Amino acid sequence: MNRLIGKSLTRRRVLGAGLATAGMLAMPSILRAQDKSLKVGVYGGYFKKSFDEHVFPDFTKATGIAVESVAEPTGEAWLVQLEQAAKAGQAPADLSMMSQTSTIKGQSTELWTPLDTSKFKHYNDLLPRFVSKYPDGRVAGIGAVAWWITLVTNTDVYKEAPTSWAALWDKGNEDKLGLLALASNSFLLEVTAKTFMGGTNALDSEDGLNKAFEKLAEVKPNVRLWYRDEAQFEQALKSGEIPMGQYYHDVTGLAAADGFHVRSTFPKEGGIQDSGNWVLSRASTKVDEAHTFIDYMSQPSMQGLMSRKVGTTPTLKKEVLDLKPEEFAAVSSDIEPIIPRYDLYTSKADWINQKWTELIVG
Amino acid sequence: MRREAPKSVADYTPLFFPALMLIVFFVVPFSTMIAVSFFKRNPAGFYTPDFVFDNYARFLSVFFGGVLGFSLMLAVLVAVCCVAIAFPFTYLLTRRPRRVQTLWLVGLLSVLSLSEVIIGFAWSTLFSRTAGITNLFVAIGLMDKPVALLPTFGAVLTGMVYQALPYTILVLYPALVRLDPTLLEAARTLGASPVRAFFNVVAPALRNTIVATLIMVFVFALGSYLLPQILGRPQHWTLSVLITDQAIYQSNMPFAAAMAVFLVLISLALVGMTLLVGRKENAL
Repeated sequence: MNRLIGKSLTRRRVLGAGLATAGMLAMPSILRAQDKSLKVGVYGGYFKKSFDEHVFPDFTKATGIAVESVAEPTGEAWLVQLEQAAKAGQAPADLSMMSQTSTIKGQSTELWTPLDTSKFKHYNDLLPRFVSKYPDGRVAGIGAVAWWITLVTNTDVYKEAPTSWAALWDKGNEDKLGLLALASNSFLLEVTAKTFMGGTNALDSEDGLNKAFEKLAEVKPNVRLWYRDEAQFEQALKSGEIPMGQYYHDVTGLAAADGFHVRSTFPKEGGIQDSGNWVLSRASTKVDEAHTFIDYMSQPSMQGLMSRKVGTTPTLKKEVLDLKPEEFAAVSSDIEPIIPRYDLYTSKADWINQKWTELIVG
Repeated sequence: MRREAPKSVADYTPLFFPALMLIVFFVVPFSTMIAVSFFKRNPAGFYTPDFVFDNYARFLSVFFGGVLGFSLMLAVLVAVCCVAIAFPFTYLLTRRPRRVQTLWLVGLLSVLSLSEVIIGFAWSTLFSRTAGITNLFVAIGLMDKPVALLPTFGAVLTGMVYQALPYTILVLYPALVRLDPTLLEAARTLGASPVRAFFNVVAPALRNTIVATLIMVFVFALGSYLLPQILGRPQHWTLSVLITDQAIYQSNMPFAAAMAVFLVLISLALVGMTLLVGRKENAL
């Protein structure tokens, strides 16, 4: 739960600050050695835990830049906080992981410091969809992590894995699904378009969007839970209370590895590939440190490490990676992904949100 | 005690602190919110200072009217349930020895230490098919097979009543403890049964307290946004859930502010109504 994470974090940060002060008093030399520092915002919970464990300590060792990680909530709350803080000249985090939609929204107020790509050794190895640009071509964000939302099932209830997103529409699955509650994080309009309307281009027109909404309305009787917070669904999926739904491929894989009876399936229409960028707040003064960090994170070896340890999908071309085929298969799929239509959630945001809310609440 | 009208500025000093707090914690944030509710929304970004009525216009629709109506109905129902349970309970509690009272109150206070998140998840487990109370009913032969009791309206109501009940009892307790026992003795001497005395003497004597408590629980329940999400279906989502969606997930602060202003105005109207009711009673 975002709220829960937020609370425990404030306490942890207070404790951390106390420890830091104690350390300062005791060992001034260490402080001098690490006076280059960077505040990095990562999604709270699983991502933050993994980054604290596998990424930040090595980065500090390699570069001498101390990292203070800040848990940020998913959704747009963090974007709003960054924007309001930047107006006051503050940066709650220098670098943040930011969703694609939020990256685009931040561009409207020049919230992100344009990045100097010549400082990134592997810039040309990045897949184009992981570089977010201002309309005039300046780079606003570089892919940080990518992940999949796939079709997940409880293996006790569904002996056979479903093969298509169409399973969500199956009349036999009444009151059995858990789906994400918002148009802009469930990407179910894109799923509907890809499964039944020949591709996400069908959403270009308002007519197409209306058709997708109509088709999506048929799913409603099957949905038992429209969730905003992952914890709500994950628990119910593991226990079989809600045996099918859409969920994150990486976390489901970890749960299965822990012995829970769950599986994640890439449907034949493709999994949903969502991703987050590293963006630098314009209020931050740590421009050099931030570039060093992004450069470090974009190395093939780091992307490989993240895939192995955190389960994220690499942002670099497959050829430059050191992943074995089976390692690559665990975090990705050769089936063409469903790429969300992020443009819709800025250009038609309120219209879609209104229709969506009326669809599920009404 | 004689009361004198304050004569100099110095006589008003005790009011400065509460006034300052009221300004800092209510007037300033609420004014900001009202101002934002008239700002212009930019769907591709944030908002710009302006004076437009778009946000209110969007709210004035059958859809949001329905959600507002449901939220009010739910809050009223929670308030009525809470007072209906808490009033007799607190009355009986005040008749117990001091030690027993203290134990109960400490127990109730400890319930207050649970956050809404914990209450929500605890009830969702209790009401689940796989681990819930219906398994117990199956074990003792009351049911054939376990069923899920959520997401339902009943589950939302139960969770919210559970959350608000300790507050209700704590608000009612001082008034009931101070209730003059001779009132009841007189009623009994005149031949009223205990139940009749309770309804005809105790309840009317505390009418003001009951109304005030109802309103407090109502306002408290109106702000609930987590329990309806965890225990209910989308049609049980309150206006607060939709406000959160707009503020957190859509970064549409102007619209969220407009909806919140509506909610606050309704709460204020109700407080005003209580004052009116109270004044009438004092006049009698």
